[in-house]
Amino acid sequence: MADWGKRLGTAAVGMMALVLASCGQGGPGTLHIYNWSDYIDPAILKDFTKETGVKVVYDTFDSNEVLETKVLQGNTGYDLVVPSNHNVPRYITAGAIQPLDKSKLTGLSNLWPDIMAYMEPFDPGAKYSVPYMWGTIGIGYNKDAIAKRLPGVTIDSWDIVFKPENLAKLKDCGVYWLDASEDMYAVALNYLGKNPNSTALEDYQAATEMFLKARPYIRKFHSSESIEALANGDICIAVGYSGDMLQAKSRAAEAGDKVHLDYVVPKEGSQVWFDVFTIPKDAPNPAAAYKFLDYMLRPEVIARASTFTEYANANKAATALVAPDVRDNPNVYPTPDQLLTLFVTSSKAQPLLRDVNRQWTRVQTGQ
Amino acid sequence: MKGRPRTGLAALAPFLWLGVFFLFPFLLVAKLSLSDTALAMPPYAPRVDWSAGWAGVRAFFAALDFETYARLTRDSLYIASYLSSLMFAAVATGILLVIGYPIAYGMSRFAASTRQALLMAVILPFWTSFLIRVYAWIAVLKPEGLLNTFLSQFGLPELNLLNTDTAVYIGLVYAYLPFMVLPLYAVLEKQDQSLLEAAADLGCTRTQAFWRVTFPLSLPGVGAGALLCFIPMVGEFVIPDLLGGSGTLMLGKTIWTEFFANRDWPAASAVAIAMLATLVIPIVLYQRQQTKMIEAGR
Repeated sequence: MADWGKRLGTAAVGMMALVLASCGQGGPGTLHIYNWSDYIDPAILKDFTKETGVKVVYDTFDSNEVLETKVLQGNTGYDLVVPSNHNVPRYITAGAIQPLDKSKLTGLSNLWPDIMAYMEPFDPGAKYSVPYMWGTIGIGYNKDAIAKRLPGVTIDSWDIVFKPENLAKLKDCGVYWLDASEDMYAVALNYLGKNPNSTALEDYQAATEMFLKARPYIRKFHSSESIEALANGDICIAVGYSGDMLQAKSRAAEAGDKVHLDYVVPKEGSQVWFDVFTIPKDAPNPAAAYKFLDYMLRPEVIARASTFTEYANANKAATALVAPDVRDNPNVYPTPDQLLTLFVTSSKAQPLLRDVNRQWTRVQTGQ
Repeated sequence: MKGRPRTGLAALAPFLWLGVFFLFPFLLVAKLSLSDTALAMPPYAPRVDWSAGWAGVRAFFAALDFETYARLTRDSLYIASYLSSLMFAAVATGILLVIGYPIAYGMSRFAASTRQALLMAVILPFWTSFLIRVYAWIAVLKPEGLLNTFLSQFGLPELNLLNTDTAVYIGLVYAYLPFMVLPLYAVLEKQDQSLLEAAADLGCTRTQAFWRVTFPLSLPGVGAGALLCFIPMVGEFVIPDLLGGSGTLMLGKTIWTEFFANRDWPAASAVAIAMLATLVIPIVLYQRQQTKMIEAGR
């Protein structure tokens, strides 16, 4: 869900890649991975090749929609793809990914039971997937700009980005929301005291009403531009994914310390999301995929990945090995109390998904 | 009128090309638009069951229906986004004509050697990727961008253009200008200058000569340029997505949402077919007018 790239990739490149990817069938000893952009330390891939002799072809995408459209079309030529939690049940029902042979994954015992419990709703027993990274959805904000406009207000609640009276004071400095209907509705339903996995259309309508009242104050709906916009000081607050917001914070610090950002998981609770490794049914080289999965299950390897991405992993044994500034940040590794307020979402039935997306279009365009 | 000289296979080439790269994909999309969504690989149904032979093919055709099209008419979103796309394309085409005509006219009045250089200059932007050129506009238009830096140096108020419809117009006009200038130039360059001398001899002022001689003779270029710009602009996706706001409504984005967010391939196909069907009308009208002009010229 590290939605970093640009969505246009889907238009121009997506269709082409559908065709091209099918040409790139892997021979023996080549592993084709399809993962989110900017989401792995390249050195990890090099070390994997050095150790196993398996060549890695690593391609990236920037939205779950693009990934799912390709995988459901089949013949992608990829051995490992990394969808997010709420997409996984659809892959399973469509028969697009294969159940894992756990005897080939010796490192599974390193996983963190408390975190794995959150995977139950979308992949019971983790039969199809191995978690890569997980994180939260929250609020990234410019400390100085907000303090000037809302003096004395502690930013710890969704009120700040959902209540029109707050937003009215922030409109001039720029508010971004995620352009991800399922994620936005999940946090909004929870904020309104409803079930974030609700299947009742009325609940979504209530959330839409709330969104529409806030809509005039939202500058843009985008899932990746907020990193750059926050770091540059172009906007002052955004609903975003934990790693993205923290990345914006470190970019701003690197760029001369003029913009001071922070990220918070609101007290009302938020969504915890997972990006998980899965093996497509028609993977050309599943043996190499298993080798890579087992490699990534080693605590020292996944710890290095977390240090690089600033996202938490689900490997209990790795936590101590992650860089202290990532590990000790409660916005990356939430405290046990915070964990209790988090929830996870699962796939929606097709008609409900359609209706929810239709409402989301109405929120964005007024149509 | 006698038949043209036979050129054998060469005459077939355009038809072969159209058949493989237009008709076949068109039929695929048309078929998809009559299907239903399904949670399967690929995500639509029905699919032909070849093992069942004829019965399988018949069952396939029986399962196709127009339900998706009916759904398009029930939701005002599609009409609204269609009209909004037409509006964007029409206004941008108008602006392109106003800007492109003087450019093409000016170019055609230079000496032949200079004309070649100017022609190269018009084509030059194509040497850079379309995507990069559109991205460059983000850097120009964003709040802290080049435009506002420039304005503030003269003490002028800042403009917030990025993510507005104005930005979409700027992007459209910028990106499609060569497609307007080139056909206009091709027509204007070929015009016989002695016609203007004749007009002057008969007492026309230069303005009158332009409107009575030059402009009417350049109409085929105006038509070709307008069509070359208008049609792709209706379905434009990249420019509204990068420069437009979340409220910018265009068909390209609507199709994106259907295809990717809703995983509704039939609806995406139906929107595309509906767009194509209506865009055929201006092309046919243009063709007719062209034929008429050619016949009148005989």
